[in-house]
Amino acid sequence: MGRRAKNKQAPPEPLDKPEYPSPKKLGKRKAEVLDEKPRPAKKSRDATSNKTKNGGRVKFADQEANSSDGWEDVEDGGLVGDLDDLLSGDDDDMLRGPVQEFDFGSDAEEDAPQPALPLRGRKSKQSGLPAKIIPTASDDSSESESEEDEEERITIANMAAKSRALDDEAEAEAELDIAEQQAAAAASDEDEDVGMEGDEDANGDIDAEPFHLPTPAEREEEKISVPDVHTVQRRMRECVRVLGRFKRLAEKGRSRSEYIEQVVIDIASYYGYNEYLAEKLFHLFPVPEAIEFFEANEVPRPVTIRTNTLRTRRRDLAQALVNRGVNLEPIGKWTNVGLQVFESSVPIGATPEYLAGHYMLQAASSFLPVIALAPQPNERVLDMASAPGGKTTHIAALLQNTGVVFANDSNKDRTKSLTANVHRLGCKNVVVCSYDGRQFPKVMGGFDRVLLDAPCSGTGVISKDASVKTNKTERDFTLLSHLQKQLILCAIDSVSPESKTGGYIVYSTCSVTVEENEAVVDYALRKRPNVKLVDTGLEFGREGFTRFRGKAFNSSLSLTRRFYPHVHNMDGFYVAKFKVEKRSKVKKGSTDEGEMVEVIGEDGAVVENKEQQAEVAFDSDEDRPYLEEAKRRRMKAKGLRPPPRTKAPAVSATAKASA
Amino acid sequence: MRPLTEDESRAVFEKLANYIGKNLVHLIDGPYCFRLQKDRVFYVSEDSMRLSISVARPNLVSLGTCFGKFSKSGKFKLHITSLDYLAKYAKYKVWIKPNGEMPFLYGNHVLKAHLGRITEDTPEHQGVVVYSMSDMPLGFGVTARATVDTRKLDPTSILVFHQADVGEYLRDEETLF
Repeated sequence: MGRRAKNKQAPPEPLDKPEYPSPKKLGKRKAEVLDEKPRPAKKSRDATSNKTKNGGRVKFADQEANSSDGWEDVEDGGLVGDLDDLLSGDDDDMLRGPVQEFDFGSDAEEDAPQPALPLRGRKSKQSGLPAKIIPTASDDSSESESEEDEEERITIANMAAKSRALDDEAEAEAELDIAEQQAAAAASDEDEDVGMEGDEDANGDIDAEPFHLPTPAEREEEKISVPDVHTVQRRMRECVRVLGRFKRLAEKGRSRSEYIEQVVIDIASYYGYNEYLAEKLFHLFPVPEAIEFFEANEVPRPVTIRTNTLRTRRRDLAQALVNRGVNLEPIGKWTNVGLQVFESSVPIGATPEYLAGHYMLQAASSFLPVIALAPQPNERVLDMASAPGGKTTHIAALLQNTGVVFANDSNKDRTKSLTANVHRLGCKNVVVCSYDGRQFPKVMGGFDRVLLDAPCSGTGVISKDASVKTNKTERDFTLLSHLQKQLILCAIDSVSPESKTGGYIVYSTCSVTVEENEAVVDYALRKRPNVKLVDTGLEFGREGFTRFRGKAFNSSLSLTRRFYPHVHNMDGFYVAKFKVEKRSKVKKGSTDEGEMVEVIGEDGAVVENKEQQAEVAFDSDEDRPYLEEAKRRRMKAKGLRPPPRTKAPAVSATAKASA
Repeated sequence: MRPLTEDESRAVFEKLANYIGKNLVHLIDGPYCFRLQKDRVFYVSEDSMRLSISVARPNLVSLGTCFGKFSKSGKFKLHITSLDYLAKYAKYKVWIKPNGEMPFLYGNHVLKAHLGRITEDTPEHQGVVVYSMSDMPLGFGVTARATVDTRKLDPTSILVFHQADVGEYLRDEETLF
């Protein structure tokens, strides 16, 4: 069931969800299991064990009755239509049989959030189904896990991840059962089963003994046989659990890095990434959060639209669209032009309002760089990589058609859609050109603000384009990072520091890797000492890294912002805002007139720099002999006779000769 | 990018006058000017135009608003992108009912059955701007009959010949620019 269930999306949650600390769900649950009594080898399906479970679940007594009713509904097959969609064929068989015999205590835990989220509650009940097939002893373990879950904060995203995790775990236990039965009945001949059995035998009982990490030899063996999705997933979860409490749970003699290696390989095969990218993305987050990130990339983000304030207001647009049969809601406090579309009976990209230019289909994360840029009316703004024009038109709307916007894109074919969008939304002050962004200060400079939404690897928008998972290699990152560094320097040079109202640059990417984000920003700060980072003005988002895996960046990088799909429910994004100051020549020991801007504005740093500057100033006495030699050589090359050397050098020469 | 020649200017203004008549002076008066780039006529503010001189000809794609383009034989055709200005200064207007919006946006002519309102004293073969009932400009066209004649017509007869509509942003997105 695992992956397919994930693809069935519940109604999207509103976007201004605050960040919450992600608990180590998997780790916690499994740890609890270890403390419980071990599962008996062969389970008997009888009522006695049910009673013990009932005793333990007193608090859910009332809900138990409900859940039993729910099960009977399922058996009738008619009433709970949605659940049928989520079931796969095999699962159906497993479910329909023993449904009546079992007591569904752990469902009660799933029912707890039901009043608030009816659809989700039902889905979670669904996920409880397989757990019930397994005989009672394992019910104990799942029951303890469920109790444990109750204590954790139940939020919407939490719910989804937890129900999926329970899902998978239940399946895993079901398979374990089947495997053991098969072992008892004599092995089957299929390769997959053999492979799985081999693993099972090596692993033994999951709950009773510690998780056995396959050695490289075993891994090689497994590569030959077809990898079984459930095994991979189970192993992945086990590794995460072990890494959560390494001292207690690790197998003797196996290092942490081996577990990490195993998790990365499993992630790559389970989610479909190439290994390089899986490892890269894995190392950005703490271990359980990494799993959440990969999970979030499987699910699409909500559809959002931006009201075009040049033509209409959000209120009026919302009314008009609702009249057409679109179900939508304003996005949140951080924007007053965004609308989130839940469902629509008309194609949202073809309504008369869309054609009249009242709104633009745009991801919520794409609002962020323009909000950070905050262009003021009558400014000259450059958008260096602007196709298809969502951000450019947003800028023009904020300028209220005053000033001028230069919209550039190096790909001439994409300038077509850019121009079309510009005209459709009624932006009158936009000049569209098609240059390579690196030509920019040469073509034209003196801008008040520059937006550089750099071409990137797209690791933040994997949910939109799954091909990123496989076609990005190390070379891609190197090339992109190089291009981005060149572009950001050109952007900095295109801004006029004398601008009265401006002098800002916003650098943004739709990627989450450090090489394309913090590394590029740090490079710019080093190469252009007259720029500094300023606050982006965005109230939410995680701070950028100031250190990452051995690389240390400028401390002001904490002013940049990162956005993640699993935290903010928008595409992965990165925004950094620079202010450009005047460039100044290095002055020896002069006082700070506000023109010598240090990257780190602390007194200690300022003093140090001045001393350094004093040191690197020219010393004419030391230089004189070199200058004179060079002059002699030049004259000789021209054919002139250089004047004879003065006495002092001659004396030293004779002294050397005599010595 | 270059200014329009006499003949070209005349062709453009004649076409425009068909829709906005005397209000044409508002277009010419302000700090805005017409420029020609690759057979397309652009209407742009003078400040933006001066800045865009620094963009080389092969790299300049668009400035300000595109009003239309000259065909190879020298005839000027108004594009839907000029709708903003036409709607602002239009003299004769036609409003269509909600059930008539979609057919018009697909490129069909406006039938009498779809007609909501029409300005009085509209002559025949007059350029008109088409609006929805909520005053949203949808396109422009040419009347087939004068207002006085519309009462006698049967509901399936054409009232306004379609010339351009906003649906072209989707239908003709390849050829628009």
